Amino acid sequence: MAEKGEAQTPTEYIAHHLTNLKFGRLPDGSWGFASSAEEAAQMGFWSVHVDSLAWAVGLGLVFLLLFWLAARRATAGLPGMFQSAIEAIVEFVDTTSKDIFPHKSPWVAPMGLTILLWVFLMNLMDLVPVDWVPWAFTKIGVDYMKIVPTTDINVTLGVAVGVFLMVIYYSFKRKGPGGFLAELAFHPFPKFAAPVNFILESVTLLAKPLSLALRLFGNLYAGEMIFMLIALLYSAGIALALMGGVLQIMWALFHILVIVLQAFIFMVLSTVYIAQAYEVPEDDGH
Amino acid sequence: MDINATLIGLTLAFFAFIAICRAFVWPPLINAMRARQERIAQGLENAEKAEEALAKSNADAEVLLRDARAEGQRLIEQARAQATMVVDDAKEQAREEGERILTTARAEITQEINRARENLRQEVAYLAVVGASRILSSEIDRRKHSAMLENLVREL
Repeated sequence: MAEKGEAQTPTEYIAHHLTNLKFGRLPDGSWGFASSAEEAAQMGFWSVHVDSLAWAVGLGLVFLLLFWLAARRATAGLPGMFQSAIEAIVEFVDTTSKDIFPHKSPWVAPMGLTILLWVFLMNLMDLVPVDWVPWAFTKIGVDYMKIVPTTDINVTLGVAVGVFLMVIYYSFKRKGPGGFLAELAFHPFPKFAAPVNFILESVTLLAKPLSLALRLFGNLYAGEMIFMLIALLYSAGIALALMGGVLQIMWALFHILVIVLQAFIFMVLSTVYIAQAYEVPEDDGH
Repeated sequence: MDINATLIGLTLAFFAFIAICRAFVWPPLINAMRARQERIAQGLENAEKAEEALAKSNADAEVLLRDARAEGQRLIEQARAQATMVVDDAKEQAREEGERILTTARAEITQEINRARENLRQEVAYLAVVGASRILSSEIDRRKHSAMLENLVREL
């Protein structure tokens, strides 16, 4: 692959950068890593994007480790620089989640913090120049390496499904199965139109995780794609390469905003959805 | 769009991370922050209370000082009045004593003069009698001439 790399067409280059390192059942029936896009495409559902999963879990652990280090030494006394920084984030998440979610729950604020920081760190990988890490991995014999987990729909959808399950859980817990069904069936139109209502409300419900997942995925995928297109300029002569350098810096600066914003939006919308699930129609006067 | 088991892995990771965050990360941080908030609030409240106490004790001290000053002034006035009174008394007493002594002395002098006069009178009477007896060469009978002698003595 490395020798072939020089002769890649732009299409091949981009296709290569958009291919995950995939582990699954190979066409010959054995388990292993897909060595080409065709093999990867034939693996079916029971296969894993090892790179996405590893980077996602690794970055999640980085988040937990950082915050755990701060939490371990957290005192009510004078905080150090590190603790202050961590506490500023915690305070921000706490305030935001209290604004959106006025009920008492020991889970919602930690969920918000986890989503914000995890998604942020995964997005942050987008700022690492697109070729560095994949190039390093080809040197140790790994052909495919996508380092931005949030450019993989599986990752964004996986997190969104987690949020969705929490929404379903809280809906059942707060309203009971009957209440939850009633909310789905009796809502926009009167009761005689229950089937129509049910279809409409189910779509609304399913749209929540889908919009969460696709918004994040779309933003990051597009961002990554533009970084790749800019990277293509480097092999197109000195003038275009210089322009590419300028463009990359500008796009990266702009992208700093995008990655923070997308992480924040994911957190806020998750909290909103759970707050909606928490809302019991009877106690309007909360 | 390649949906596969990665999604399940991510969902599981999501819940695991939230659980870890909920168990080990969030509570210590938020508790420390709340505790600090409380401590700061307490500290501010204490400072305010101390300030109030200080102002109050300052006012108290002021009042005490003013009272003490007034009391001191009053005592000085009193002492001065008392001293004046004592001096006046002493003067009065001295004056009275002097007068008493003077009166006594006067009385004594009068008495002395009277006694001297009496003595002189008696002496003169005696001398007169002696002189007369010498002149008359006879003794004057004291008893006989006592009335005359008495008169004589009284006239002297």
